[in-house]
Amino acid sequence: MDEQIAVVNVQEQLVYARPRALTEETTNYCPGCTHGLINKLIAEVIDELGIQENTISVSPVGCSVFFYRYLVLDGVVAPHGRAPAVAIGIKRMLPDRVVITYQGDGDMAAIGMSEVVWAAMRGENITAFFVNNANYGMTGGQMAPTTLAGQVTTTTPEGRDVETMGMPTRMAELIAGLPGSAYVARCSTYDARTIRDARNAIRLALRAQMAEAGFTMVEFLSACPTNWGLSPQGALQWIKDTMVAYYPLGEIKVSEAVQRLKTKR
Amino acid sequence: MARGRIVINLEACKGCQLCTTVCPSNLIRMANSFNSRGYRPAELVDPQQRCTGCALCAIMCPDAAIEVFREVKVKSQEGSAAEEVVLVVTGPA
Repeated sequence: MDEQIAVVNVQEQLVYARPRALTEETTNYCPGCTHGLINKLIAEVIDELGIQENTISVSPVGCSVFFYRYLVLDGVVAPHGRAPAVAIGIKRMLPDRVVITYQGDGDMAAIGMSEVVWAAMRGENITAFFVNNANYGMTGGQMAPTTLAGQVTTTTPEGRDVETMGMPTRMAELIAGLPGSAYVARCSTYDARTIRDARNAIRLALRAQMAEAGFTMVEFLSACPTNWGLSPQGALQWIKDTMVAYYPLGEIKVSEAVQRLKTKR
Repeated sequence: MARGRIVINLEACKGCQLCTTVCPSNLIRMANSFNSRGYRPAELVDPQQRCTGCALCAIMCPDAAIEVFREVKVKSQEGSAAEEVVLVVTGPA
């Protein structure tokens, strides 16, 4: 018998690092803004799927415009609201690429409503990441279509009056109701569990696009501590207590093709 | 219990304090000094080495400013070349 001695070595392993698809640049987002977290999650999933060289991002107008600077991807910046239209053009010419848009609520739900609706209606094979922080962040916190009833913004100092301004737009449900959408989920990033769910949703949406399942969208309820007038922690609590009540989290539409992907892993 | 440590990129930190709220052992606090952007960065205060490398702080960090290291026991046969460190990025799987 060979005399082999089992040795137990204690090694220090790096278990969590900045994703490779994220640049070293410090973001321009305010402290506690979860745009940074969502960028990081998308970068992690791109690393995990090994599609960095093959992905093209389309940035919108708003705080989310700097997406092209913070991710090491090929990217285009589209006119306000037109990110899905630009993404569709790229995808139709280069169908083997993974094409993503990264849009805020002022961009997608207001000026860009038509583009995203028709993209989903036709089942265009792109993925839209929709960051919903219930106001126009970059321009100083004005009311957006997603602003909650009664929410105070700089243009609704008395709170959003639904008698004259209507109820907030639930984008995920709207897109899920269209025939061409394959996968629609609403996530948040207020604690470790919701961050994990958001990561899984991003991964499934990108895998669905690679499997040519149709239009995919992931909505994120995102914190805007500066314009909400809350601390970063208070803003996350506000999402949990107030936003989730009107914007329920979870997978809103999973087509049969995406369901098969889910079980296949 | 596994032992760990975190490395905070002081220049990337914006002092949002979210990491301090999720640490199960309350080992992170805000520094008394400022970084070049004028923020008070987070720092690990762990004299008793209670950090387990759970990575909750890094998962929560919006600026990807935290790296997490964890000590793991690796069984190896004497003489075999099992000394290389494997990079395992475990996000919230």
